Amino acid sequence: MIRLRTRPVPPPVPVPGDVLAGTEGLQVRLGGRTVLHGVDVTVRAGEVLALVGPNGAGKSTLLGTLAADLPAAEGVVRIHGRPVSDWSAPELALRRAVLPQSAALSFPFTVEEVVRMGRAPWAAVGGEGADSDDTAVGEAMARAEVTAFAARPFSALSGGERARVALARVLAQRAPLLLLDEPTAALDLKHQELVLRLCRERARAGDAVVVVLHDLGLAAAYAHRVAILHAGRIAADGPPAEVFSDRLLTDVYDQPVEVLPHPRTGAVLVTPRRDV
Amino acid sequence: MTVLEKRAAEEAAPPPGTPPRRPRGTAWLLTAGLVLALLVLVPVAAGIGAYPIPVGDVLGSVLHRVGLGGAEPDRVAESVLWNVRFPRIVLALLVGASLGCAGALMQGVFGNPLAEPGTIGVSLGAAVGAVASIALGLTFLGNWTLPATAFVAGLGTVLLVYAMSRSGGRTEVVTLILTGIAVNAFCGALVGLFIFLADTAAVNQITFWQLGSLAQATWPKVLAVLPCAAVGLLLAPLYSRRLDLLALGDRPARHLGVDVERLRIVLILVIALLTAAAVSVSGVIGFIGLVVPHLLRMAAGPGHRFLVPGSALGGAVVLLGADLAARTLAAPAELPLGVLTALLGSPFFFWLLRRTRRKQGGWA
Repeated sequence: MIRLRTRPVPPPVPVPGDVLAGTEGLQVRLGGRTVLHGVDVTVRAGEVLALVGPNGAGKSTLLGTLAADLPAAEGVVRIHGRPVSDWSAPELALRRAVLPQSAALSFPFTVEEVVRMGRAPWAAVGGEGADSDDTAVGEAMARAEVTAFAARPFSALSGGERARVALARVLAQRAPLLLLDEPTAALDLKHQELVLRLCRERARAGDAVVVVLHDLGLAAAYAHRVAILHAGRIAADGPPAEVFSDRLLTDVYDQPVEVLPHPRTGAVLVTPRRDV
Repeated sequence: MTVLEKRAAEEAAPPPGTPPRRPRGTAWLLTAGLVLALLVLVPVAAGIGAYPIPVGDVLGSVLHRVGLGGAEPDRVAESVLWNVRFPRIVLALLVGASLGCAGALMQGVFGNPLAEPGTIGVSLGAAVGAVASIALGLTFLGNWTLPATAFVAGLGTVLLVYAMSRSGGRTEVVTLILTGIAVNAFCGALVGLFIFLADTAAVNQITFWQLGSLAQATWPKVLAVLPCAAVGLLLAPLYSRRLDLLALGDRPARHLGVDVERLRIVLILVIALLTAAAVSVSGVIGFIGLVVPHLLRMAAGPGHRFLVPGSALGGAVVLLGADLAARTLAAPAELPLGVLTALLGSPFFFWLLRRTRRKQGGWA
C-alpha cells in the first residue's frame, strides 16, 4: 500500500512532427455497446487535429480514450510513445491537458484559483517555484481573456465565461498535448475564433492539439488535419481541403452539404444545402 | 490592417502579467483570532465551575507543573483543576478538532457542502459500535476497545453511505440526505436493540451516548482517543491541495494528476478515525462539522489548505465554548452538550438547506 513517491519527470520539449499520442485498432465499449470499431489515429506535435462527425459518432469517446478516461476494449492507446496504462496519474498530468465538455465546481473558488489548479501537476516536479506558476497563470488568463474577472467566484460566471476559464486552466497546465472537447460550444462568434486561434498558436509553439468540433467551417479554417468519424469508424483523415467533399459530408451527416471555395480567399467553406 | 484588426491583434497578445491573488490575510487573521480565542477560553473554562478558581491561580498552577515558577493553589483547587477540569478541556479540544476537521474533509470528498458526520449518519454508526462494546461487555483491547469498535462501525457506515449516495461520479444532495435519514434510522434502531439487551448499569452508560456529553472526562479517556484523533488530524492537512482539485470533479482531478480512487479511500479512513475518536468519548455531538467549515469557508474562501486545519482549530474553540455553556447555563445541573449543539446547529442546517435549494432551483 505504501509506496515511495518518485518525482514525476516532465516530458522533453516536443519537435514538430513527433507523435505525441495515437491509437491502433482501438475498440471501445460503453454500456455493452461498441462505440468505436478499430480506430487508428495519430496525433503529431505542431498540429491541430479536429475530430468532427455527427452526434453519437464517437468523437468524445475517442477523446476520452486519448485522455485515459475510458479503457480500450481492444487495441492500444499510446501517449508519448507508451501505452496509457503504463503512466501514473501525475506523469500523465504533465503530458496531456484535458478540457471537459462542461465545467463544474463544487465550491465557490475564484476564477484565478481555478486557473491556478492547472499548475497542480508541476507542484510534484519541484524546482520551478512559484514565479513560473504566477507567470503561467497570468499568461493563460490573458490568452483566454478572463483576466478581467480573475477575482470573481467561478459560480457567478455565465456559461461562456466558465468555458473560457476552464480553457485558461488547461493552458496553465502547459502540457504538450491538449485534448479539447467542444471548446466552442458555449462561446460567441468572437470567442470561438479566439479559442481556435489559440489552438493554432499552441500548435505553432510545438504542442499537439486535438479538438472536437461541430462547426465544420471552424474545422476547415483552423485544423491542419481533420478526422471525420462516422458510426464509430474513421471515415476520412487528412487536411480539410482534401477530405471535405460534398459527397462524403452529405453521406456522413445524412444531410445535403455543399463545400465551396471562399469567393475572396479561396478557403474551404462548408454549408448545409437549404432549399427554402 | 484595419483599425479593428489592429485592436484585436493588440488584445490577442497581452503581456504576461501577474494576476491579483486572493489576499491570504483573511486566513491568517482568522487563524490568529482562533488561537487567541483558545488562549483566552482555556484558562477561563478551567476557572469557571461549581468550585470557582481565579484565572491567575489556574495559570500559576500550570506554570508550577511545567516547572516555570508559578505557585500551587490550595489542594482542592489543584485537584479540581487537574482531575476534573483539564481532562474535560483537553477532551473538548480533541473532540471539537476531530469533528470540525472531519466535517471539512467530508464536504470536500463528497463535493457537497451539506455532508457532515452527524447529518449523514456516520456519528450514530460509530455510536452503534461503541454501544455494542458496552452492552456486550467487550474488553479485548483494554482501554482502546471502545474507540476501536467505534472506528470499525463508523468506517462501515461511511463506506455504506458513500456507496449508496453516489451515482455517476456525483453525490446528489437529496440522495445524500435521504441516505443519512435511512442510516440514522437504522443505527438508532440498533442502539435501541442494544439498550433492550443490556443490563441496568450498561443502560445508564448507553443513555449518555445518545445525549452526547463530556461530563465523564478522565485522563485515561483522553489517552484512549488521542492516537485516533492525532493520526487523523496530522494526516488531514496533507490532502488539502488534492481536495481543492476534487472540486472540479473526478475526471478533471485525475487529469491534473490526482489518483482519485486512492485519495477517496484514504480520506474516508481518516474521516472514520476522526469521527470514531470523537464519538467514542463524547457520544453523538452534531453540527460542529457542518457549521464550523461553513462559516470559515464564507469568511476565507473554499481553499482547503486553510479550511482543513482551520476547521480543526475552529471546532476546538466552538466545542470548548459550547461545553462551557452546557455546564454553566443551568448550573448546578448540566445541559447535555449534544442537545445544546443540536439546538443551535439545526436552524443553521435548515437555513443551509433552503439556500442550497434556492441555488439549485429545486430538488427534482
